[in-house]
Amino acid sequence: MKGKILVDIATTLLRARLRQTIVAAVGVTFGVAMFVTLLGFMNGLNDMLDGLITNRTAHVRLYNEIEPNPAQPVALAAEHRGAYHFINSVKPVNGRKEIYSVAKVIEAVTADPDVLGYAPKITAPVIITDGPVELTGMMYGVDVDAELQLYRFADYVVAGNPRDVKIVPNSVILGKPLAEKLFVNIGDVVSIATAQGEQFPLKVVGLYQSGLADLDRTLCYASLATVQKLLGQNASYITDLNIKLHDINKAPGKAAWYASLFRVTAEDIQTANAQFETGSSVRSLISYAVGITLLIVAGFGIYNILNMMIYEKMDAIAILKATGFSGSDVKSIFLLISITIGIAGCVGGLVAGLLLSWGIDNLPFETAALPTITTFPVSYNPAYYAIAMAFSIVTTYAAGWLPARKASRVDPVVIIRGK
Amino acid sequence: MSIPVLQANNISKQFHDPVTIDVLKGVSFTINRGEFVSLVGRSGCGKSTLLYVLSTMDTDYSGDVVIDGRSMRGLSEVQLAAVRNKKIGFVFQFHYLLNDFSVLKNVMLPGLKLGEYSDREVRERAMYKLDILGMADKAAKRASQLSGGEKQRVAIARALINDPLIIMGDEPTGNLDKRNADAVFEIFSGLMRDFQQTLLIVTHDQDFARRSGRIIEMGEGQVVV
Repeated sequence: MKGKILVDIATTLLRARLRQTIVAAVGVTFGVAMFVTLLGFMNGLNDMLDGLITNRTAHVRLYNEIEPNPAQPVALAAEHRGAYHFINSVKPVNGRKEIYSVAKVIEAVTADPDVLGYAPKITAPVIITDGPVELTGMMYGVDVDAELQLYRFADYVVAGNPRDVKIVPNSVILGKPLAEKLFVNIGDVVSIATAQGEQFPLKVVGLYQSGLADLDRTLCYASLATVQKLLGQNASYITDLNIKLHDINKAPGKAAWYASLFRVTAEDIQTANAQFETGSSVRSLISYAVGITLLIVAGFGIYNILNMMIYEKMDAIAILKATGFSGSDVKSIFLLISITIGIAGCVGGLVAGLLLSWGIDNLPFETAALPTITTFPVSYNPAYYAIAMAFSIVTTYAAGWLPARKASRVDPVVIIRGK
Repeated sequence: MSIPVLQANNISKQFHDPVTIDVLKGVSFTINRGEFVSLVGRSGCGKSTLLYVLSTMDTDYSGDVVIDGRSMRGLSEVQLAAVRNKKIGFVFQFHYLLNDFSVLKNVMLPGLKLGEYSDREVRERAMYKLDILGMADKAAKRASQLSGGEKQRVAIARALINDPLIIMGDEPTGNLDKRNADAVFEIFSGLMRDFQQTLLIVTHDQDFARRSGRIIEMGEGQVVV
């Protein structure tokens, strides 16, 4: 009953100043819309750039690093124990590149509940020849099914079917710039030589474009079996095990654990790509700062308009107080006005922001570096909309609070006797 | 049948700007139910100041104001607002109608604030009060569309909406021509006659004062007669 009359008065005052009200609300609308759009756009971009790395990078990569034996013979000699050892020209042993007892490692990884999946890989340096042209390159032997499932392999194969590399014997997928350089296309045969001198003709079944041009110029993918045959190795020859976890944040701990368990080198994604994390968070921070600034500016607009309204409505405030409305009633009326402007502006802003995001989402954005992206990336994360809503309402409440308090303190005697 | 409605007990007040002046020096009187009192005096004698102290809007005074047997000393701002809402009706020199509201809504507002009646009852009561003042046909108009005399009648209707114990007026005829001033006086005396309405009116108008039931004359911050 009491609240209803206050709402009634607030609505009437709002309607009497409809133009000013709309201007104030449009300020909030603009702030909220820009906030939502900016964050959506910025984070869409962030997600995409992060995706470039995280989609293709193992959370934990197990491999055998070629390094000198940390226990040199002199350290084992009993008569030199306790002395300081100077050793010059330490050389790494020509150890095996494959992971030792890979079957056991795979068994343990498969049993681990934190692991989403793993993709075995063989890395081998090769020389690709096509007629007189010779180019050095990297050959990756992959399990296509695992790559498709875990690392979005299909997103980057721009021509041909990625599964063909598994089905067609002696087939290869070449990096697109590499294929262009060799002047070959799908169905052509290229000759691939290993470092050991073996030469194999492989049929091109697809073209690959990762977005990193340097990589694409040297890259070829083949099935595990093809590369094992190329290198003259048996089926247990695996040089890398790319593990994907359920929770990316567990990667450093898992890496340390696997390293000690299997005596392999284990590298986690955070160590390998530390700079990406930093870039994303700084970009987010900037967009939050800009968005919040816009909302605060809108808040000043509301503050001004309410202040003006209070000066105009001094008489009304005085008579309301004379006829029995208390200071807190008057304050509620002006806070209601402020919050109404805030909510109306906010709802408008959320809708406008959504439309604007959708508009940006449909703008064509094509770049050779990103074959799967055709329009600007935009994130529609509801969290941004919730933050914008909460912050706009808090801002308008704060902007309304000071003028409302001023109104509540108007002394009716001063106004009425002043006439 | 002398039931005290409003008592002023030794009220004193000082203004401090720029020098300390005693505006009211120990004013005491009692107004009984059904009295029509005019408060008169020269300009600057403190009669308006006294009215605003009695109205509970001005709380910076010494002494005591007793309305309907209850002391106004030490009541909170919210409690004082409730007293004004329920027990006092105001008519000022200026009408103070809210231009954004209809005439009817202007009259209804204090009634809606009181919250003792449903919206419909408040509406009916407001129509009844407007009818007493001959303004029922203007109920749907906006306050800004009325003439000066009509506005003052609506202001009186607003003062009546909660059936106040006392109506206080600060020069209610001060802005009106002779004809409208007479009409307002007739309304006031009619209210006293027909509804035993208590009235306390500050006025300059000697004619108005002479025709009311009782005159309290002030001079130099004190009651003279």
